[in-house]
Parts: sequence; structure tokens; C-alpha cells
Amino acid sequence: MPTFQQFPLPDAGEGLTEAEIVEWHVAVGDRVEVNQTIVEIETAKSLVDLPCPWAGVVARLLVEPGQTVEVGTPIIEIDTDPDGEAPAAPAPAEASDETPASSPSSSASTSSSDEGADLPDEVPVTTGSVHRVGGAERHRGVEPGGADEVEAARETAAREPVLVGYGLADATERRARAHAPGATAAERTADTRPGGGHAMAKPPVRKLARELGVDLDSVSPTGPGGIVTREDVLAQAAQAEARTLATYAGDDQPWLASGTVSADGRQTRVPVKSVRKRTAEAMVASAFTAPHVTVFHTLDVTRTMRLVETLRADREFADVRVTPLLIAAKALMLAVRRHPEINAAWDEPTQEIVYKHYINLGIAAATPRGLVVPNIKDAHRMGLRELAQALGDLTSTARAGKTSPTDMADGTITITNVGVFGIDTGTPILNPGEAAILAFGAIRQQPWVHKGKIKVRHVTQLALSFDHRLVDGELGARVLADVAKILADPAHGLVWG
Amino acid sequence: MSQTGTPADAPRTAVSTAPQSPAATPGGPAAAPVPTTDGRAAAHSSSGPLSDGGLVQLLTPDGERVAHPEYDRYVAHLSDEDLRQMLRDMVLVRRFDTEATALQRQGELALFAQSLGQEAAQVGSGRALRPQDHVFPSYREHGVAHVRGLELTDLLRLFRGVDHGGWDPTSHGFHLYTLVIGSHTLHATGYAMGVQRDGAVGTGDPERDTAVIAYFGDGATAQGDVSESLVFAGVNQAPLVLFCQNNQWAISEPTTRQARVPLAARAPGFGIPAVRVDGNDVLASYAVTAQALERARTGGGPTFVEAFTYRMGAHTTSDDPTRYRAAEQEALWRRRDPIDRLRTYLVARGALPDEFVASLTAEADALGEHVRTQVRAMGRPSAASMFEHVYATPHATVEAERAWFESYESSFLDRAEGSPR
Repeated sequence: MPTFQQFPLPDAGEGLTEAEIVEWHVAVGDRVEVNQTIVEIETAKSLVDLPCPWAGVVARLLVEPGQTVEVGTPIIEIDTDPDGEAPAAPAPAEASDETPASSPSSSASTSSSDEGADLPDEVPVTTGSVHRVGGAERHRGVEPGGADEVEAARETAAREPVLVGYGLADATERRARAHAPGATAAERTADTRPGGGHAMAKPPVRKLARELGVDLDSVSPTGPGGIVTREDVLAQAAQAEARTLATYAGDDQPWLASGTVSADGRQTRVPVKSVRKRTAEAMVASAFTAPHVTVFHTLDVTRTMRLVETLRADREFADVRVTPLLIAAKALMLAVRRHPEINAAWDEPTQEIVYKHYINLGIAAATPRGLVVPNIKDAHRMGLRELAQALGDLTSTARAGKTSPTDMADGTITITNVGVFGIDTGTPILNPGEAAILAFGAIRQQPWVHKGKIKVRHVTQLALSFDHRLVDGELGARVLADVAKILADPAHGLVWG
Repeated sequence: MSQTGTPADAPRTAVSTAPQSPAATPGGPAAAPVPTTDGRAAAHSSSGPLSDGGLVQLLTPDGERVAHPEYDRYVAHLSDEDLRQMLRDMVLVRRFDTEATALQRQGELALFAQSLGQEAAQVGSGRALRPQDHVFPSYREHGVAHVRGLELTDLLRLFRGVDHGGWDPTSHGFHLYTLVIGSHTLHATGYAMGVQRDGAVGTGDPERDTAVIAYFGDGATAQGDVSESLVFAGVNQAPLVLFCQNNQWAISEPTTRQARVPLAARAPGFGIPAVRVDGNDVLASYAVTAQALERARTGGGPTFVEAFTYRMGAHTTSDDPTRYRAAEQEALWRRRDPIDRLRTYLVARGALPDEFVASLTAEADALGEHVRTQVRAMGRPSAASMFEHVYATPHATVEAERAWFESYESSFLDRAEGSPR
């Protein structure tokens, strides 16, 4: 017989109560080995890879990426005896008693997030103990009992691993005292579906359901006496159709992942999480605490473009990428050196301005996981070649989605290179904890008055947003003017460097 | 007194040398390292706590055997078979480490502290012990426990939370793990002073003379307890080896935030000789510990050993080192892996037959399986066991608490239904 084991989310730290599923490394049907990494989770403390406790075949993934689940919630079901005598799927007669979504043989990976939330109802979970249960037996406990049953299951799950200083206390809180009202688990009925095990419907409705591929038992009946009506079947079919849109071939848009499609299929609701959530919080915090002022400057960067060409041909720069952004980064640091007051942060709780004697240069990067702003540590100590190397490393790390919290911590000033998207300029929002951010626009060939004549020159726009609590307009303007002066004539770098 | 000069001499000496010592003025070549506000800056100086200077080394990171005038004699008797057993110890302990870490991630252990990267310091020093010697470990000394013949899964009962470390310390000469940082160095000092008073030191009988060894980390050296034990061990000439594994990280605090000089440099101030050893070199760790133990057993007093190594893993499974240390540093130390070093040496000597490697791999896998099975089968301790080992003899307060607890427990519903306890 196939033997299903459910792996409850462990406490990967001491006393953590929940974690977010970041990424599954296995899919339904995959064969897994003991201690093979199956999933990456993010706790309040760190990103952690979880190893599989058993060898077998993945029967179901019970939680979707992006979901935050409590410790003890089953996250994956493994068939630890896939080569057993009976087929892994439940017997057909019993299958009709199940909703399609919860059958272990259905492709659980595409199921909606609702399903994951239902799961604690299904099986009382104990860590490490063997559940030798087939489809029907497993399902007997499905809907009955409701919240009490869930609580009983959680109780068991919470009590099994005895965690130093946490587990026992937690379990004790959830145990029922003798004087507490309520029925015992034994008194709870095994099935609460009105009218017994099977849905009731008239023959034409049954025929319609068959044609539309709707499982009658999964339909919520609205008819008198709990019968399933024609409208119920049609509504269920419409909902199912809408839901398939989310997983329609070629429609696997990453931003729609883990979303819920509306019944009419015209909207998808995606929970705000991970990088998106942090970006939103940071931007709101920044925009509504620091009064932003943005100053702009349009300039001729033809000489910078020539310098870029020269450096690209230079053997010393052969294995690094030389871009106008590199020169802009250097220019910004030279400007900070002349006006170190801009490299600072407002500390609201202590009512202090923190002046930084180092530059951790932030670079806003669009990554598969969203906007991140890693920074180059101690960038002020770097020569141009070293800086180019660091920029390249930062970009490739960000693109690979490997940017660590350390990489993003303690930035002092930031550049956002909106020019790569062909945009002239913008009004950037400060990275929280910093006083200035430079937007570097697209470089275009444009007519420009050069030495008294109209010439075709490389022209770009710079924008500098700053925190007006600690940076006055004059300082912001001077910093931007200095950056512009170096980009217009990089030789100035020699003068100021 | 007479050798070091009377107090009356001192000022005269100072006066007479003053005009002749321009080098001692600030900025002169003999001036002390310039203090910096950033402790990290001292890390790379030749005198800082992370200095490579003066490390005893018998195997280079590339696995080459280098001669040492003082310590060669302590390893001269080791055969290839002895070295293979050291390799076996280290490989098995690492496998245990990996398995226990996985078990924590699977919810089977509440916490685990890896010894990853410190196998050579532990196995080398542990192998130098004699049966009658006594070990006071902290909580990461799985390698020493293994060499002392403990069933490794017994260590995990503590980390699973089913007991407080319930092995018999006397049967293996291996004390219980101590989670409180540094406190056990005092216990070890007291134990060593007891050994001294039992007359089990300096008798010349190799079966009787006993040494005590305390294992602690770089972070512990900042604890008052460790300073106190240095004082007591020093003045009493206790038969003690203070074995400091400097793995460079006290959770997230680097050694550079704990000391301005190598940790071993503290001991001479207490009148205790000190030696710094490459803790990723199993042979050198063996040699310096053997010498220190010999000194202790023959009545020569305590020795401070600083095994300079690196904690390749996290502090514990609750820690994420990527938040405070650079990947480059980890990569650098991975290249100095203690197991690779001995393996390379044995391969170069032609002393590592394929059959040995194959059987070791199989043994490690079997150990992993054994650990997994044992841990899952540990079950739950009875609630009553909480009260059983508080005192050796019956105790009124404990009895009263036990009675209250039992009546409280019996007030729960699941008691009647057959609770797991």
C-alpha cells in the first residue's frame, strides 16, 4: 500500500511561530531522497533550506510559495512506499466521495491557496509518526468536527516535538481543561454532509454535471433539502473555468503566481508578500516621513562617452563592464567627497543627524523577485576598476536573486539608473535611511550648442532627490552640479579626486 | 625577587634607560601598534587576535608534512593506521553533524550546534587523552565525545529536549555539555585541583596520573569565569589543559571584538604557558595537546592551548551567518578544510586504500541512518522524571511540587483518553 507522510513545518529557529514558503525545489511526482533539499523557507531570522525527512515520491505540495504558515502546518505529503502493491490513487468508489482538489493523485501543485488552508482538517498530524492511510480512511476525517477537530489536530502537532522552553508551554495552552465546556473528540460525528455521503441531484442535473465535468460532491447545494440545482452546477463550472485561466498554458505570468482569479476571470488577486511587501513598506515610510525635493539638470556627456570608449579598449578593464553608470557612480562619490554633509541619515528617535564617513553605494536593481537596492560596501575606497568589478558582481548577484540581507543593509546613498529603460528622468523616492538618491537618465544624441555651434552631442538628464529635513536646496543643487560637471568633463575628476 | 630586581631598582632602571630609548617614543619603530577606533583594523596586523604568527603546524593546508623541532616527537609513534583512524573519526563526526542539522530542519531537534570545521582540533586533542583523563566540554565538542566512546545519539537527547544531557560522565571521562558560556572552566579547574589532592598527579604511573581538559571557545575568554579559572589553575598548578577553540566567531561577534592580541597571549599573565596551534591540523592539535597533558600529569601545571580554527557552519541552527560575515571568508576557510588536509596527506603517502574509503563511506551512511532512527524513536520523557534527578535524596520541596504538578496534569481531558505520556 502507498504510505503517505505529511511533513509539518518545523521551527527552524528557537521559538519561531511561522515561516513563509519561498520556493519549492520539488514538484508532485518527483522522487525524493532523505535529506534532499525540498523547499526554501524564510523565517523572521533567515532563509532556510529544509531537507526531506523521508525517501519517496512527492504526492502533494500543501502550501504555495508566498504563503506564510504556522509552525506545525503540514507543507508536503510524501508517498514513502510508492512501489507498494496497491496503486497510489484511491479506489474509484471511494474517490467519488472526495473533492477533486484533495485527491492525492490530482495535480495539487496547481491547486488554489484555499486548499492549503483547509488541510489541517484532513489529517491529525504528528511529527514523524507513520500514517498508513489510504484514500478513504484518510478522508473520513475531512469535513467533520470543524474547528474543534482542527484544534485537536494542532494540539497533537504542537505537543509532539518537545521544544526547549517553548513546546510544552505552547501545548499546555491549547489543551482542554476538564471543566471547559465542549464535546470530546469521540463524541464528534464522522460526517456532517446533509443527507449522507453523496450529493443529491435530479437526473438532468447529474447529466449536465457529467457533461461539464463538474464533481457533484464538490458543489455547494442551494436547493430545497440540500439538493444540487442546475444553477449550482453552472456556477461551479464557471468558477472552475475562471480558475483554469491562472494555469492556462502560456499564461504563466510570474506576477499572477499564487493569485486567485475572480469568478468572471477578469481579475486576479495576488497577496502582497516578500519583496513587494518590503518595497511597499519602505516606499511608504520614505515618502511620508522624508520631505522629498528633486532637482534636475540636463547636460552634454559626450566626453564621458569618449572616456567609456577609451576604458573599454584598455587592457586593464578587459574583464569588467565599463558603462556610463560606472562613471556616474564615481562622479557621485567625488561630489559626496566635496559635500560630505549629503552622505547622512535622519535618526528620528534620537533626534540626531548621522553623518557617514564611508559610502555604501546603493544601486537600485530590477530582479525577478522585485526591486532590490543592494549596495557596494565602502565604495569610496575603490579605484575605478575595482568599482566596475563590484558593480558587475552586484548586478549579477541581484539578477540571480541571490542578494542577501547584508548586501542591502546600511546603504548611504543610491543611484537609480532609469536610463536603461530609455527614460529621460524621474523623481526617485529615497531609500529609507539615506538622504539622497540620483536618477541617471537615458543618454541620447541630440542637437546641442557646443562651442557656439549646434552639434550632435550625447545628452542626458540627472535628477537628485534629497531629504529636505537635513539637506537644504543649496546643498542638493551643489551636489548635482558637481556630478554634472564631472560627467560633462571627466577631467574634473582629476581636479577633485 | 632577587632575579627580577627589587622595587628600589625599578625607578633607577627606568631613569637610566630613558635617554637611551628614543625608539620607545610614539611613532618610533618599537612603538606599540597604533590603536584604531575600529577593532577590525587590528585583525590583519601581525599582532592581532587573527594573526597566523607562531601557530604550530605539522600539516600544511595542502596536506604536506612539515618538520617541527619541538613537536615532531609527539607524533613520531603514530602509524598510518592511527592517521586513518583520525580521518575516520573526523568523517564520522562530520556525518553526524550533517544528519543532526537535517533533523533539526525536520523538526526532530529543537536546536543543534554544529562542530563543522573544528573536527581536527577536537579529534586531534581528544585522541591525545588517556582513559583516566576527564573532559569538560562546552556544547560543540561532538568530535571529542566520539573519540571518548560516547554514543553520539546520546548527545542529541539534550538538543531534542528529552533530557538535560543524561550520559554518565564518569564512564567515559566526559562531562555533561555546558550551555552556559565558560562556567565549566571553573568546574574543570576545581576537578583538576581535586585530582591533585587525590595524589593522582606526578606519581610516574602512566595508568594513574590524570589530566583534566576544558574545552571552550573564543567568546568564553571574555567571560569572568575563564579569567577566574586561569587564576586558580595558575596559582594551584592544577593538572589542567585549557583548550580554547578559537573559531573566530562568538555567535556574530568576531574575535577582533574580544581581544587586541592573540587569545593565547593572555595566559602568560596568569603564569600559565600558552601555545597557539593550527586547529585545522589534526596532527599538530594532537601534538600540542599531548605535550600539555603530559605537563599536567607530571605535575607541571596548567597549559593554555589556543587552537586557531574556523566555525564553518552557523553558531547554531537558529543563526544565519550570512547576515554578519562575508562569503569570501567562508570560502577561504573551506579551502583549509581539516578533513581534506589529512586525506590529501594520506593519499600522497599511498596510505589511503580504496577499500578503506569505501568502507568509511558505508560506515558514515550507516551512522546517518542510525542517528535518524534513534532520534525519531526517542519518545517523550515522563513528566515525573523532571522531579527525579533534582536531588540525590528525597526532598520536601520537590515532593510538594511533584504533587501539585500531578494534580494539575490530571485535570486535563486527554488524560482519560490515553495521553501520550
